[in-house]
Amino acid sequence: MNWALAGIAAAALLALGLGFLARRGRPMGLGQWTVAGRSFGAPLVFLLMAGEIYTTFAFLGGSGFAYGRGGPVYYILCYATLAYVMSYFMLPPIWRYARDNELYSQADFFVGKYQSPMLGVLVSVVGIVALIPYLVLQFKGLGIIVEIAGYGAIGATPAVWIGAAVATAYVMVSGVRGSAWTAVAKDAAILLVVVFLGIYFPLHYYGGLGAMFAAIEQAKPGFTVLPERGEGVWWFSSTVLLTALGFYMWPHSFGSIYSARHERAIRVNAMLLPLYQLILLFVFLIGFAAILQVPDLKGTEVDLALFKLSVKTFDPWVVGLIGAAGVLTALVPGSMILMTAATLLANNLYRAVRRSAADAHVVNVARLLVPVVALVAIYFTLQGGQTIVALLLMGYSFVTQLFPPLVLSLARNRWVTREGAAAGIVAGVATVAAMSLSHATIATLFPALPVQIKELNPGLVALAVNIVVLVVVSAAVKFATARQGVLAPGSEQPSQPA
Amino acid sequence: MNMVRALALLPFVAMLVGPFFLNRVTPTILGMPLLLAWFVAWILISAAIMAVIFRFDPLNRDDVS
Repeated sequence: MNWALAGIAAAALLALGLGFLARRGRPMGLGQWTVAGRSFGAPLVFLLMAGEIYTTFAFLGGSGFAYGRGGPVYYILCYATLAYVMSYFMLPPIWRYARDNELYSQADFFVGKYQSPMLGVLVSVVGIVALIPYLVLQFKGLGIIVEIAGYGAIGATPAVWIGAAVATAYVMVSGVRGSAWTAVAKDAAILLVVVFLGIYFPLHYYGGLGAMFAAIEQAKPGFTVLPERGEGVWWFSSTVLLTALGFYMWPHSFGSIYSARHERAIRVNAMLLPLYQLILLFVFLIGFAAILQVPDLKGTEVDLALFKLSVKTFDPWVVGLIGAAGVLTALVPGSMILMTAATLLANNLYRAVRRSAADAHVVNVARLLVPVVALVAIYFTLQGGQTIVALLLMGYSFVTQLFPPLVLSLARNRWVTREGAAAGIVAGVATVAAMSLSHATIATLFPALPVQIKELNPGLVALAVNIVVLVVVSAAVKFATARQGVLAPGSEQPSQPA
Repeated sequence: MNMVRALALLPFVAMLVGPFFLNRVTPTILGMPLLLAWFVAWILISAAIMAVIFRFDPLNRDDVS
């Protein structure tokens, strides 16, 4: 009997069962499927919002980052904390507007605020292009976890197919409720596993935290703080700021705001979620513990640090439990991304073409698109290749471009026009793509600048371009409408859909 | 009220500016490198600050909004 495999299979069945039960016989209209009828209290909203942080990235990538690159990994602790602090002030107005206007997706928010379905199409396309690589990352992680924790009994390819089928099935049946209920199991599992390993490994192999860090310091001086060059303090601060702004711009994070029953639930979570960040500390400790115990992992292998060390340390049944938790960390965010991408496609792209489509029809289209999105992601997962890696690196910078037009739409004095918002997003996204594909950095673009500026996160350049274009185009449009004169009163409020 | 809300700026200053002065391994605190200990401390302080803001925010009185 392969205990490891049994644990993993149990996790998949548990997710499937919880995901189906979550529906509890409710009719699934568009509002139920996408935002659970805006009925979630603070605990379920908490799990949805935390679900976005504790993905396979936290499990594999977080420990791998600490193992491979050391101190710069701390940026993950910081950016999410700052994003939660901002969320207290930024999210309640978004929630109120979504409730009053019955919004279902992130793109709907832009459609409403800027009175432009075309802007909704643009925002949806940016969101989907960023989401697909994110989904691929979850599937890849799933394959790796099952292969290693199952001691090779199931290959990565069948694991990806099975995992994708499980997530697809319960998302089609239960929508966002499926994600929320499976998140209960996922967070309980990851909490236990990560905290246990984060305490056990340093104690077992080094005798304590202090001894572990001392041993690392001796072997690799300065590894546990920021380096002088490269990912130094200037890189660190600019990256924390940029990713904190982008945090809630992910379409699935944004959508989880809508599911709250009242805005107080969101404010309660702004207070509690920073504490939940501390779990990541244990993830880092696992990665640090692995440095001297399973040395010589190179390249993408660093992401295996947690599992390599676990396999070296424990009996197969313990590895199976860890693998089970790992499978859940892939399925839950994966299911949220599937639901969000399908909603954007159906509600903001399909509906932009067929304006007359009723909600009942749109939700059926969205459900049928879930397996389509899953198949696209499976294709990229199995095909491998570098394109998807490039897209993934761009994804975060892409969604961050939505931040300026979003925040400015919340202001009382609305001076940004829909043309300005759209032009800014296009310019920002184009800058990100051009810089990523040509591997440009601030250093290669502006070689004369001081070294500190050169090490800033290149995403700042794209955000600056975005804001400049947004301001210039908005001012130009305002000026043009003003010159058309008194004939167009009320041009202060954009009136007609584009 | 606004004075209380201004507390929310402190985590930004601590996490974005702090590393420029505290990017060092020693002295270690509870076994952790100084920089890591600083961030962990500020996660706890950030949660405390948000609790204070929440408590003083008139929006969070008992009537559920």
